Amino acid sequence: MLSCCVAILPAIPIAYLLVRAGGSGSDAWRSTLESDLVAIAARSLALSLLVAIGTIAIAVPYAFLVVRSDLPARRIWALVGALPLVVPSYVGAFALLGAFGPRGMLRELLAPLGVERLPEIYGFGGALVVLVLFTYPYVLLLVAASWRRIDTSLERAARGMGRTSWQAFRSATLPQLRSSIVAGSLLAALYALGDFGVVSILRVDTFTRQIYLRYGALFDREGAAILGLVLCAITFGVLAIERRVLRGDQRGARRRIAARDDREPVRLGRWRWPALAFVTTVALFSLVIPLAVLSWWLASLGADGLWADRIAATAGAAGASLVASGLGAGAAAVLALPVAILLVRAPGRLPSIIETIVYGGYALPGLVAALGLTYFATRTAFWLYQSLTLLVVAYVIRFLPQAVGATRAALERIDPALESAARGLGQGMFGSFRRVTLPLAGPGIAAGAMLVFLTVMKELPATLVLRPTGFESLATEIWNQTSVSDYQDAALPALVLVALSAIPLWLLVIRPGSGVDTARGSTAPPGDSGAGD
Amino acid sequence: MTPRPAPRRTLARLSTLAIVAIAATIVAGCASDDEGSSNDSAESGSSDALVVYSGREKEIVEPLYERFEEETGIDLEVRYADSAAMAAQLQEEGDRSPADVFYAQDAGAIGVIEPLLAELPAELVADVPAQFRDRQGRWTGVTGRVRTLVYNTDEYSETDLPESVFGVLEPEWKGKVGVAPTNASFIAFVTAMRLELGDERTKEFLEGLVENDAQIYEKNGPIVDAVGKGEVEVGLVNHYYLWERLEKDADLPIANHFFAPNDIGNLVNTSAIGILASADNRDAAEQLVQFMLTEGQEFIVNDAPEREYPLSVTTDIASNERYRELPSLASIKAPDVDLSNLGEELEATVALIRESGLGS
Repeated sequence: MLSCCVAILPAIPIAYLLVRAGGSGSDAWRSTLESDLVAIAARSLALSLLVAIGTIAIAVPYAFLVVRSDLPARRIWALVGALPLVVPSYVGAFALLGAFGPRGMLRELLAPLGVERLPEIYGFGGALVVLVLFTYPYVLLLVAASWRRIDTSLERAARGMGRTSWQAFRSATLPQLRSSIVAGSLLAALYALGDFGVVSILRVDTFTRQIYLRYGALFDREGAAILGLVLCAITFGVLAIERRVLRGDQRGARRRIAARDDREPVRLGRWRWPALAFVTTVALFSLVIPLAVLSWWLASLGADGLWADRIAATAGAAGASLVASGLGAGAAAVLALPVAILLVRAPGRLPSIIETIVYGGYALPGLVAALGLTYFATRTAFWLYQSLTLLVVAYVIRFLPQAVGATRAALERIDPALESAARGLGQGMFGSFRRVTLPLAGPGIAAGAMLVFLTVMKELPATLVLRPTGFESLATEIWNQTSVSDYQDAALPALVLVALSAIPLWLLVIRPGSGVDTARGSTAPPGDSGAGD
Repeated sequence: MTPRPAPRRTLARLSTLAIVAIAATIVAGCASDDEGSSNDSAESGSSDALVVYSGREKEIVEPLYERFEEETGIDLEVRYADSAAMAAQLQEEGDRSPADVFYAQDAGAIGVIEPLLAELPAELVADVPAQFRDRQGRWTGVTGRVRTLVYNTDEYSETDLPESVFGVLEPEWKGKVGVAPTNASFIAFVTAMRLELGDERTKEFLEGLVENDAQIYEKNGPIVDAVGKGEVEVGLVNHYYLWERLEKDADLPIANHFFAPNDIGNLVNTSAIGILASADNRDAAEQLVQFMLTEGQEFIVNDAPEREYPLSVTTDIASNERYRELPSLASIKAPDVDLSNLGEELEATVALIRESGLGS
């Protein structure tokens, strides 16, 4: 019931698309669909799937290194690995272009050495790399969170029976990680599908770019809505692939949660150096270079007497961003819970429809979601229109799957028998939920809320349409600065955005006792907490 | 008992956070509700502040709005967003729009919301030449901007540059021209070319750009920056980005080149303003339009960095030092089409751009 109510929210923009596209004549459908849309759809789908694969390829080994190995300073690396999440992908694309573009900084540096050509950053390959670099933390955060909680005794047992480490990993550990790998890579894949900034900056003709072209240059709402519906269909296709191919046998993947174990880290030995090279390279491209370019731009502004204004505007925007993101994260975490519980505990046709709708809202470009809310709010709840509340609703619609994915991955690792046991010991439904389920799923829920928080910090298109008049967030401030001039003026709000986002990430990833981190291994394992053993 | 386990604390923190968040949302929602119903707050669409939807950038027009507030004592509530997105938003809001006034970046964006606009009093727009306003009087142009060829002055001098926009198809410009084929201003320019020279000739132009390896950008501004950095040598853009950049860095090696008089490469387009029919503050809205066409024009001419063309005939730029390098509006080709109502023409233009291979 509750989850049906939650699913109404993401259904709003989809219903809006049906209203808009349904209201247009058959001519509009024909002229919109007859152009080379098949090629564009194929390109979008390919980009999205390759982004998913790329993020897994980086995030899973990375998660192993920071969770299970004796990599030096691994808690620092855990934070560093998650940090690219706080770089808005459009800012990242611009910064990498500043470094690696045809006349970028790197070329200037290498030119004296006789290097004439760098690999082309524009186009499909460049967009793929940039999207992977700034979305792999979605996978990393979820996979690392579940890796810290899984039962390593199985893997030890497998090795004890003569399997190699790799075989033990594949047969014992991977199945337990599968749901978080799928949840994370799905987030990355759908993010790539709905992203506009990277593909437009790096010139890849994808579906989202076509939708923006309809609005932006053709003033064609009907055409945009028709394309929006096709994008929904593609999203549903990605979801179907995810269900059929990747998820496999769910029940087989569900394992009881970790018994007490000593968590002896895997010794890397001489592999330590390639491992360090790997994490360093990832950090270099996804974090160090973009931040260095931004800092360089900031420094190049020089002392021009405008700093007081800049700092005041940025400080105000920072406050607004924190409030809006906090509200969005809290609301999404709470609303994700009933949906995730339904998906895990009572899978079936209705829950999978609800899931599809929830993810549908996520892959739609922000402008579409915002216009859908505009349409319904101005007609049914005008007092809500352009209020902070409606803005938070928009954030929930856009990013709920991040919270659902994380919460669901956490719930899937809880043995329902624990809840039954609690009920058998006299706890009511609510009691067993509160004393067993929530504590066990807590880290997953927190990780989901954090993902939403960090994504809302960067959100732009829906914020522009739905914000209360006068509301300026860091993202709108970046937009204000870049809509006219070069990226230099956006460097300050962009750097503040990164710095502010890093704080909650630090709390989540590094701080001892924060739940996600069990690196100290001194706290009681969660399996003991509520079940009363 | 074992020590209080970590997940509990996480949970406690998390639920506190969630409860605070939900409570704050509800409070914020109720607060905005109160504001909406009691109409006494400057934050919501109250009757004493004029609500302006500004498709023009904050950095460019905020000083103009501030000047208006100082002069008239009328408070403005300005929302900024992309013009086209704002036009779509206004269409979805319909007659319930909180907006009183829409100031759009281009005629195309205001054209799509014409049915939502009120007719402007004739005397208000009398000084704007008829070609720069709606034939039914629902909106008026405020400033004009001209398509131009921005070039790198380290590499070229004025005399090296072509007389016609077709000149950039010559082999000497291979790989050296920047264009923004999905940008509204480029699409309007190509549409005008189609209507003036026909589809065949326009197709040749677009295919020529592809063959000549024209460099693709998303917007005009980045092209100007790219020319300044030497990433490309020349670019097809609107004229006013240049001045904004030179204001910040006078040493940038960039300048505008205008094609020969009446060449289609010099197309003019306007920013435009209109009053919503649903505006509940018509008086103040008309004052703003009037300001834009009188003192606002003087401000644009003398103080704004962009050096856009004033469209009111009462504002003279012939003797203005700042406009010395700019051709007069009279010498610039204005095609005989209504730039605000291109509808299906835009569709055909985009199809042509796509066929030519320039769009992707």
